[in-house]
Amino acid sequence: MSRLGTLGARLYRGEVGYDFVGKRKIWYGISILITITAIVGLAVRGLNMGIEFSGGAVFTTPNTKVSSADVRQTAEEAADGHTVVVQELGRGGMRIQISELGTKEALPVQEELAKELGVETSKIDTQLVGPSWGEQIASKAWQGLAIFMVLVVIYLAIAFEWRMALAALIALIHDLTITVGVYALVGFEVTPGTVIGLLTILGYSLYDTVVVFDGLKEASKDITKQTRFTYSEIANRSLNSTLVRSINTTVVALLPVGALLFIGGGLLGAGMLNDISLALFVGLAAGAYSSIFIATPLVADLKERDPRMKSLAKRVKAKRAAAAKAEAADSASEEDDTPALEDAAAAPAGVVGQRRQPSRNRGRGRPSGKRR
Amino acid sequence: MAVILIAIAALTGGMFISGHTTPRLGIDLAGGTSFTLEAKNQPGKPNAINTDNMNTAVGIIERRVNGLGVTESEVQTQGDKHIIVNIPKGTNAKQARQQVGTTAQLYFRPVTTTTSGQKTPDQPSSTPSPSASASGKGQDKGDDKGGKPSGTPSASSSASSSSSASPSTQGRALSKGLRADEKPSGSPSPSKTPKPDPSKSPSGSSGQEELAKQFAKLDCTTKSGRAAAAEKAANAKPTDPVLACSEKGDSKFVLGPSEVEGTDVDDASAVFESQNGAGWIVQLDFNGKGSKKFAKTTGELTTKQSPQNRFAIVLDGEVVSDPEVTQGAITGGRATISGGFTQQSSEDLANVLSYGALPLSFDIADETTVSAALGGEQLDAGMIAGAIGLALVVIYLVVYYRGLALVAMASLGVSAVLTYTIMVLLGPGIGFALNLPAVCGAIVAIGITADSFIVYFERIRDEIREGRSLRPAVERGWPRARRTILVSDFVSFLAAAVLYIVTVGKVQGFAFTLGLTTLLDVAVVFLFTKPLMTILARRPFFGNGHSWSGLDPKRLGATPPLRRRRSAAPGPADTKEA
Repeated sequence: MSRLGTLGARLYRGEVGYDFVGKRKIWYGISILITITAIVGLAVRGLNMGIEFSGGAVFTTPNTKVSSADVRQTAEEAADGHTVVVQELGRGGMRIQISELGTKEALPVQEELAKELGVETSKIDTQLVGPSWGEQIASKAWQGLAIFMVLVVIYLAIAFEWRMALAALIALIHDLTITVGVYALVGFEVTPGTVIGLLTILGYSLYDTVVVFDGLKEASKDITKQTRFTYSEIANRSLNSTLVRSINTTVVALLPVGALLFIGGGLLGAGMLNDISLALFVGLAAGAYSSIFIATPLVADLKERDPRMKSLAKRVKAKRAAAAKAEAADSASEEDDTPALEDAAAAPAGVVGQRRQPSRNRGRGRPSGKRR
Repeated sequence: MAVILIAIAALTGGMFISGHTTPRLGIDLAGGTSFTLEAKNQPGKPNAINTDNMNTAVGIIERRVNGLGVTESEVQTQGDKHIIVNIPKGTNAKQARQQVGTTAQLYFRPVTTTTSGQKTPDQPSSTPSPSASASGKGQDKGDDKGGKPSGTPSASSSASSSSSASPSTQGRALSKGLRADEKPSGSPSPSKTPKPDPSKSPSGSSGQEELAKQFAKLDCTTKSGRAAAAEKAANAKPTDPVLACSEKGDSKFVLGPSEVEGTDVDDASAVFESQNGAGWIVQLDFNGKGSKKFAKTTGELTTKQSPQNRFAIVLDGEVVSDPEVTQGAITGGRATISGGFTQQSSEDLANVLSYGALPLSFDIADETTVSAALGGEQLDAGMIAGAIGLALVVIYLVVYYRGLALVAMASLGVSAVLTYTIMVLLGPGIGFALNLPAVCGAIVAIGITADSFIVYFERIRDEIREGRSLRPAVERGWPRARRTILVSDFVSFLAAAVLYIVTVGKVQGFAFTLGLTTLLDVAVVFLFTKPLMTILARRPFFGNGHSWSGLDPKRLGATPPLRRRRSAAPGPADTKEA
């Protein structure tokens, strides 16, 4: 922990850091690449929609000695003409999926299966889904997604500002696209569980983003009152200082989901737990990535277009040029303009902490030797 | 902190007082059958799917299900067009499905044409068709009385069914009854069959020519053909002519617009008709409006030639019975349906008819039957996953936050107890049932809850890194952490709330848990974690930054505790990031 703790401290003070904002073009590029891959995957391969969306029946049998081939044959005969997929489950039972089987036609199939397996009909779990049910769930989910996005953009625009809301929205869409793309490329089956998982990403992906933005808002509160750092630099500094927190929250969120995935996948073979946690796992990972590499740099980009920030950047540049000229560069010249700020309570947050940024970013600026 | 402890005590107390110490389990965990019914739009009634109709439907379905002797069944609307029916294990799912899914849309339609059930109307069917008879009760009160002495039962005015072995009551003078198929049971060809011709030349309108073509093609002998026809007929407007099959598939019909509807039925009961051997029949009593309509219809029909003097009793698109009206209008308001009923089937039909036709027709959108064994297995898996997840989180927290992990664990514990008790109490309270997605939501919520602690702990550590001692750090860190927690929890809650309101089914259960745990998270952090931190900050173990406290300034790499180092080192004196 000590090493981690110290790293946290150094990140916090800005002694070490990664220039997320400066190198944003790389990350944008990577994200665009991933997104395109996801979209292409979606277009070419499409999603492997589960039985809940096409309509059909799923029978889950108890532990049995009958071979899956026999079961398949029985099911195919009984279901006459429908596609049958038999899957052996970890605990010895079988999962038999028959697509496009009407709710009325399913009953005789269940009876046949029970006969074949030599168990009571009631021992076979059935799930019969009308063809429109999955669509219902999906269309409702889309509706929910749209409403949520509108509301959350409004909320973030009020709580923070529209640029952050926009960036958060883009990051969110990015996460969802990646998750859907992974499903398309890998060919995981999409079930209502997947939809649930996907929708949960909404809250989670934004949780991380909001934590980062909150720090950013704090750090950039009185940004126009100083001339040492540009918005991008402050954003980057703020991002680095909250990095440990972002990583921790993500790890802690992923652990239970990982446990679910492990148990759902390993113990039950397939089903709701597995579906939810798989979508969540992919989405959470994408969410953590996007809140750090995409959302904040996007805000910085948008912010730098703001005339006030532009003039700030200009002032900072001018000041740095001047400072560079004054070779001697004693600390006084720089500290001069800060006292007023520091008195304004929360003001300089990222500002004063930004020590290393200039040298990393622009390769010029104040000599940093005096610092420590 | 006291508040939260009182809340826990109160909730736990409430839990034991209410006598429920475990959450109500959903069908997928406890075993049982769950149906999701989806209301269908009916032609001609564009606004039929509304809250009133849905609530009526729920009431009717509830009575029907309870009529099966099911206890603890659960019927509720979900979203604007779905009804969830949950039936616990140990009930006959098959019977329940029939009762639940049956719309009981009952129409009395005049018969335009009828032939045997095959595609080609040459071969008469050999099975006797069910038939019905209706009797005029009110106006014929005297007749009924008159009938009794003559040895016929109260159903004297009603004709016997085709399966009846008794002599026909056709000639009964007193009853202006309407006759059903009067053929003795031995008759191989029901009376409908001999009239194939009118089918080719339906009465006039061009639209009916199309109908006639379809009619020729209609095959009622196969199950799928019947199902298709029934569905089509059930979905047709009551005012449109329809094609229909008889229940057994031995005959098919072209039927005119509906004259009397099932909603005009006041009461229905299953009666065993021993006198004339009809067996189990269903007696219908019409309400005032229905009696009038029925009288009018039968009055018109009686003047027509066979088979157009018949009317068909159409239940959910299938012709249950097609009696002939031979003796004038039936004005009494009573009819009986007979033919081939068993006790079970007649009681079911009466049950369905008397509890009312559903105002809407429904499709079974989803039916899930879970055996108790699988349910238990899923519950176990959920519990194991939860335990492992919790353990992993705790290990991570201990490794990273050391002493602070105790605070996190205590808070997680409080949160877990609160979640559990509230879920238990919500069971009887609002009918909350813990299902698999909800368990999943609760496990995922471990992460969300722990995230809040991390936000706060990191905040405190930041303050310590700036050289503060613990107690001020705890206090100064709080407002910032609080804001971050509130904002991010609000976003989570917003997601849960929108999902809960908009979505249906399993998604909703999940959203509910997530929303609940998010709210609890806020409560726990505010009322438990923060006060606990304040108290612990006074303890030397934490206050002095013991190396195992997780707050050791040295390990955190804190700057020397110089309060104002403005000129010496541009320390982040008032740095505040959230």
